[in-house]
Amino acid sequence: MDAPIKILVVDDELPARNRLKEILQDVGEQLSLTVVAEASDGVNAVALLNEMTVDIVLLDIRMPRMDGIEVARHLQNLAVPPAIIFTTAFDAYAVQAFELNAVDYLLKPIRRERLQAALEKARGRLGTPQAGLEQLPQRARGHLSVSERGKILLVPVADILYLRAELKYITIKTAPREYLLEESLTKLEEEFGNVFLRIHRSCLVARSAIRGFERVAEEGSDGHWVVLLNGSEERLPVSRRQQQVIREFKGK
Amino acid sequence: MASINQNTPPAALPDFCNLGVMLRVIFIVNGLGILAGLARKPSWPGFWHEFLPISIFIQPALLASLLLLCGVRRAMAQRTYREFVIAVFLLEIAMAVALYFGIRALIPQDDFLSLPAVLGFVMIATAIVLFYLNLRSRALSPAITEARLQALQARIRPHFLFNSLTAVLSLMRADPRRAERVLEDLADLFRVLMGDNRQLVPLQNEFVLCRQYLELEQLRLGDRLKVAWHIDNMPEDALVPPLILQPLLENAVYHGIEPSAEPGEVNINIYRNRDQVFFVLRNPYHGDSGAHHQGNKMALNNIRERLALHFDVEASMKSQVVSSGYQVTITIPYTTQR
Repeated sequence: MDAPIKILVVDDELPARNRLKEILQDVGEQLSLTVVAEASDGVNAVALLNEMTVDIVLLDIRMPRMDGIEVARHLQNLAVPPAIIFTTAFDAYAVQAFELNAVDYLLKPIRRERLQAALEKARGRLGTPQAGLEQLPQRARGHLSVSERGKILLVPVADILYLRAELKYITIKTAPREYLLEESLTKLEEEFGNVFLRIHRSCLVARSAIRGFERVAEEGSDGHWVVLLNGSEERLPVSRRQQQVIREFKGK
Repeated sequence: MASINQNTPPAALPDFCNLGVMLRVIFIVNGLGILAGLARKPSWPGFWHEFLPISIFIQPALLASLLLLCGVRRAMAQRTYREFVIAVFLLEIAMAVALYFGIRALIPQDDFLSLPAVLGFVMIATAIVLFYLNLRSRALSPAITEARLQALQARIRPHFLFNSLTAVLSLMRADPRRAERVLEDLADLFRVLMGDNRQLVPLQNEFVLCRQYLELEQLRLGDRLKVAWHIDNMPEDALVPPLILQPLLENAVYHGIEPSAEPGEVNINIYRNRDQVFFVLRNPYHGDSGAHHQGNKMALNNIRERLALHFDVEASMKSQVVSSGYQVTITIPYTTQR
C-alpha cells in the first residue's frame, strides 16, 4: 500500500475549504489521501510549505494578499515543489491559459469525479517539475521570493530599496538586509516598470525610496549624479546614459 | 408591420412636473419667442423693442402653463395620449386668452401684441413642445432601455454565483435547513436580476433584496465582511429603479472586501431630506487597479443612465475616494405611487 497522498487546501473562503475537505473525504474511499493542512491565503500557504512537505496543493486563484498563480511560482523555489491543482469559481483568462499550458485546474463547485481524476493525474507526475507555470498570465507580483537553506523567503516588493545586478545574481536591498535572487534585471524591469526606476545598466531603484539626487564633483570631469535614498545612507551612482531619468523623475 | 405596431407601447405622457422637462420647455419657448421677435423686426434695436412685450407675455404664460400642465398630467395619468394632447391645447388657449386680457388691463398700451398673434404663437409653441417631448420619449424607448438593462444583467458576476453555490454545497450535509434558506435567498435574488426591471419599485423591495444579497456574501466571507445599515430615516415607500443599490454593493464587496484578508466594513446610509432621497455607500479602498476601474465604471454608468431615464436631471450620482474609503452618493427625488 502506498503512503497516503498529503494534500494542502488553500482558499480564502471557509465554506469553499469545508466543501473541498468533504469531497476529499469521499474521494478518500478510493484513493489513499490525507489533508495535512489548510491555509486562508497565499502568504500563509507559502509559510506552511516551508515547515512541511506535501504532495499536492489545491490552490484557489483569487485570494487576498497573494493570488494563487503567484503562490505557484514562489513554490518552484522549494527543493521538492508539490504538484499544483488550481481551483477557481470563474476566471475566463486564467482558465484559457491553463488549457493552453496543460496546467491542472478545477472549476468550483468542484465535482467529486473531476477531483479524483485530477488527484490521480497529479500523483502520476509527483517529483517531476511542474510545466507551464511560467507561461501563465500574471499581474506584477506582490513579493519576490528567494531560496535560503531550502526555504522560501518572501520579500514584499514594497519593502525593496533597490535591485542591483551582480555577476550571476541580483542583490535585493531592503532596509534591514540583502538577499540574493536568480532572475534577470531586464525581466524585473518589465514586470515592475512603474515601481522601479533604472538609474544604471545594473541598477533599478524603487521610486518611493528616492529622497533626491545630488551632483558629486570629480577632478578633471563634470562629475556625476547619485541617488539619495530614504532609509539608507547609501548613494547609488546614476550612469551618464541614464541621466535623463533625473529630469523625468523630477518633472513628475 | 402589424406585429411591430402591436408591440409599440402607447406614447408616454410627458411629465411636466419633472424639473428636466420644465427646463427643456422653458428653453424651447423662450427660443421661439426670440425667433418671433426677430421675424417681426430683423434688426438689433428693433428686436429688443419687439422682444420686450413678447417676453412680458411669455414668462407668466410659461409659469402658468407648467403649473397647470403638471396638475393635468397627474389628473390624466390613466387617459390616452390623444386625449391628453387635446386637453393641453384647450388649456393653453384658455390660459392665453385669460393672460392676454389680464396683461392689457394692467398695462393699457396700444401697441401691445394682438390677440390673434398671441394665440398663434401659443398654438405653435405648444405643438412644437409636445412634438419634441414625444420624439424624446420615443428615443428613450423601452427597446433601448431593455438593451441597457440586459447589459446590467450580464454584468452580475459569475464569480458570485459559483462561489455562492459552493457555499450552499458546503452546508448541505452539516446544516441542511440553512442550506435551504440560502437557496431560497439565491432564488429571490435571481428572480429580480432576471425579471422585468423597467418599472420603479418601492425602496423596501430593494432594501430586502440587498439584505439577502449581503447575507449570501456573509456566508462566503464570514467575519471579513462587516455591514452597517443606517436606515432609521429611510422612506420605505419611495419609488426607486430596481437594482439601484445591489450592483453597488456587489462592487463594494468585490473591490473593497475581497482583496483584503482583514475585516472591512460596507456602510450604507439611506435617508430622506424634504423631497429628496439620499443613498450613501462607503467601502474600504485598495488603490486603483485597472480591472477595478473597468468593472466599477460599467456599473456606475449603467446606474447613472437608468437614473437619467427615470428622473432626468432631478437625480444625481457621484463617486469619490474619501479618507474613510470609496464612497458613492446617489440623490433621487422622493416620489411615491403615482
